[in-house]
Amino acid sequence: MTQSNLKNIALTVNGKEYTASVEPRMLLSDVLRDELGLTGTHVGCEHGICGACTVIMDGRPVRSCLVYGVQADQAKVQTVEGLADPDGGLHPLQEAFWEKHGLQCGFCTPGMLMSACHFLEQNPNPNREEIREGISGNLCRCTGYQNIVDAVELAAELLSKNKKCDDESSDLQVVQTGRKVNV
Amino acid sequence: MTIGTSVKRIEDPRLITGKGQYVGDIKLHDQCEAVIVRSPHAHANILRIDTEKAKQLPEVLMVMTGWDLPKDLSPIPMRLAPNEALTKALQFPLAKDKVRYVGEPVVLIVATSRYTAEDAADLIDVTYESLAPITDVHTAIQSDTSVLHPEIGSNDLFLIHSKKGSVNEELKKCPYVIEEDLYVQRHSGIPLETRGLLAVVQEDKRLTVYGPTKVVHFNHQILARLLKIDSQNIRFIETDVGGGFGPRGEFYPEDYLIPYAALRLGRPVKWVEDRLEHMVATNHSREQKHHVVVGFDESGRIHALRDEIFVDTGAYIRTHGITVPVLTQGMFPGPYDFHALEFITHVVATNKTPTGTYRGPGRFEGTFVRERIIDIIAKKLNLDPTVVRERNLIKPEQMPYTNGISALGQVVEYDSGDYPQILDIARNAMEWNQFAERKALAAAEGKIIGLGFAMFVEKSGLGPWEFCEVEILEKGDLTCKTGLADVGQGVKTALAQICSDQLGIPYSKVTVIHGDTDVVEKGNGSFATRGTVVGGSAAWYASEALKKKLLLVAAELLHLPAEELDIKNQLIIHITNQQCLCQLEDIITECRKRGIELREKYTFSIDHMSYPYGIHAAEVAIDSETGKIKIEKYYIAYDIGKAINPLLVHGQLVGGMAQGLGGALFEELRYDDNGQLITGSFMDYLIPSSMEMPEVEIEILENSPSPLNPLGVKGAGEGGTVAVAPAIANAIINALDKYPIEITSLPIRPEVIRDAIKKGPVTNEEE
Ligand code: FES
Ligand code: FES
Repeated sequence: MTQSNLKNIALTVNGKEYTASVEPRMLLSDVLRDELGLTGTHVGCEHGICGACTVIMDGRPVRSCLVYGVQADQAKVQTVEGLADPDGGLHPLQEAFWEKHGLQCGFCTPGMLMSACHFLEQNPNPNREEIREGISGNLCRCTGYQNIVDAVELAAELLSKNKKCDDESSDLQVVQTGRKVNV
Repeated sequence: MTIGTSVKRIEDPRLITGKGQYVGDIKLHDQCEAVIVRSPHAHANILRIDTEKAKQLPEVLMVMTGWDLPKDLSPIPMRLAPNEALTKALQFPLAKDKVRYVGEPVVLIVATSRYTAEDAADLIDVTYESLAPITDVHTAIQSDTSVLHPEIGSNDLFLIHSKKGSVNEELKKCPYVIEEDLYVQRHSGIPLETRGLLAVVQEDKRLTVYGPTKVVHFNHQILARLLKIDSQNIRFIETDVGGGFGPRGEFYPEDYLIPYAALRLGRPVKWVEDRLEHMVATNHSREQKHHVVVGFDESGRIHALRDEIFVDTGAYIRTHGITVPVLTQGMFPGPYDFHALEFITHVVATNKTPTGTYRGPGRFEGTFVRERIIDIIAKKLNLDPTVVRERNLIKPEQMPYTNGISALGQVVEYDSGDYPQILDIARNAMEWNQFAERKALAAAEGKIIGLGFAMFVEKSGLGPWEFCEVEILEKGDLTCKTGLADVGQGVKTALAQICSDQLGIPYSKVTVIHGDTDVVEKGNGSFATRGTVVGGSAAWYASEALKKKLLLVAAELLHLPAEELDIKNQLIIHITNQQCLCQLEDIITECRKRGIELREKYTFSIDHMSYPYGIHAAEVAIDSETGKIKIEKYYIAYDIGKAINPLLVHGQLVGGMAQGLGGALFEELRYDDNGQLITGSFMDYLIPSSMEMPEVEIEILENSPSPLNPLGVKGAGEGGTVAVAPAIANAIINALDKYPIEITSLPIRPEVIRDAIKKGPVTNEEE
């Protein structure tokens, strides 16, 4: 790759600012994983079907294998690494996945958690059928989904007593400093 | 007591926070990436490979063809069921003169990044001369078809023939004889994480490979042999693994190529398979044609069965050798007592991706055929299919029962089981006796519903041995080193529970170490539902030995006989009055003072497998307009002897069922006549989503503990998968009993059902 091809981008991931120089063709999933070292986001198909790469971008779930890094310039992105409290306290969805055995190999889990997180924001009191629909864009090859549905059900219950998923209060403001953070 | 309780997994905290480390997540300094150029042809001669342009691209570090590999390189050997006659059909890491399937590796490229390596791949120019592709087993064995492995002389690579009694004699006596052709389609495990490897030469010149799994120690030896270096100079490290299911973790061409490239380049080389590549490169499975002749009497009792089976093994023999064909025969009889049996299996080469095992290998196929045959017989005789099953089942008093056929080098001998009981349990759970009434009521409302059953026997606990080493560390923590592999099935939690149960410590204090050949002395790995049975037993005995050591010291200190002492909740207690005598920690400290090493190793050996058994039942509703099948209720009862962690067993069964469902209704690795895979992406290869999966009701039974191991366990990995297709097929046929339809091939497509409904009910049914 030639240097002239590189584009500078700045994005906020899990409340932290990052800048990177990337080829225009580089996928957001690769930017997150390879450039920013956030390997919690997984890639299962790279053609937009499996949902393993799901992240929340500007408040909406996207498949990061279908988004170019340059399209995420100035965006706010949330990945699985940002779900738990900075002090390590698990998010209710994480608690629930653990409690209900909602994962086996764990490869689909980050994407599943992000989809479920967004889904519960839209529908805080879902029934099982709605949960199934809500996670239907994420494939899991291990669990047969039943325990995932259980987990999302439990998380809804926990969340109703607890805090909101998309707690933006910790997000830093996006400041255009060109500073390179943790790249 | 932790054995038998549904504790949360110790694996999870890392995985739910994004801290898992799968092979693709590792990034080493100076790492470069490999891409493999694969054959676009099913069958062709390679005339010329032009790599010049690719080599000239900046940041391309290596371009290698088959001709650049060592001249004396051996092909990849068979791991299981090896057979001398088949060595001539093994695969080399890169093709040289000829390619035999779409996806066969032809050129290896290494560059500083994946993006550049893919650019270079586009610049490789291979001139092929295409040859007629062979895509079907029957064409393959015709005399005028070209032979894929001339040294074997025929595409009918291998014949397996087994029998019990005389089928011909028995058939003569049978009032009814029917013949059926059945087909199970090509599909596979398709784990959500594709394969990947990272190889690096360390400063001490030793080679480290991240990414092997399943049979880490075995593959470690194979790589040493292929590279012709001492295995002491190679270290394998298993990372987190995104699903196994059979295909993942076998030794593939890349398992040689990536380490070889790292050795040549002296830089870390990473390769992560992409999904489209996975679909053609990683083992396929399941494709079999069966021609069954079966003789029975008016009561439905089956007296003789002959099955001629054609296994489409693909272009080469891979590591599984003839495992799947052999298991298909050995496990075909299932829970039934047949007088005479005969199996003739042809292992046939075609121009498709080579094959191996997939969850329930041979049993998914055999169970579909057998359980469909039972329902076909019942229909023919106008009998209740569950009654036909009942009349043919092996009785509990016949246990242990030898079915007369061999599998994996041992005669199949069922260790224990009450098959009639589990059939009754399922009939009650599904309210089978009331179903005809319910069905009639539904019909009155214009709804078509049906209920079907399928029984199965599984196998588990393949030996020959497994290893475990336990050691108590400071603060009473325990490490448990196992020769098993972790492919996501929860093996760490299960082993921690077993150790914790013996040693009276919380399972959360146990750290399970696996898959590192420098740290774990030896191991046979995780496959064939052997983990908990063989590895669990090794952990049980190793922990027991450690406990004995501790109790001897405690006995001395307490002036009591060691037999009267036990450890519970980290306390030394008196067995009879359960009174606490002292802290476990004090004894550990005392042992240290005395210089007693708190470490034990155990190798658990076993020559016979265990045989868990069960039943699936499905209730379906059929949309008469579209032929769409809706599963209204799904039920599995499975006797696994003993569940170490019922939550994990439950997870295995529901997850297994989802894969069975895929095989029954959706998944197919389908080829066109040119040998091109036409379902090579997730857009056409349909893995069930949460919308297709029904809620599954699971009944875990522990009525028949295995007498072959101290835990009584039989393993639970594959029983969720193997009987899904026939249970659903039988339910559909039950629903459509008035229509002209028989299901003899998979996957079951809605159009077949819709067409039958369109034709309308059969009025004058031949009896
Ligand atoms: S990796 Fe993005 S959808 Fe599969
Ligand atoms: S837990 Fe393995 S893919 Fe979902």
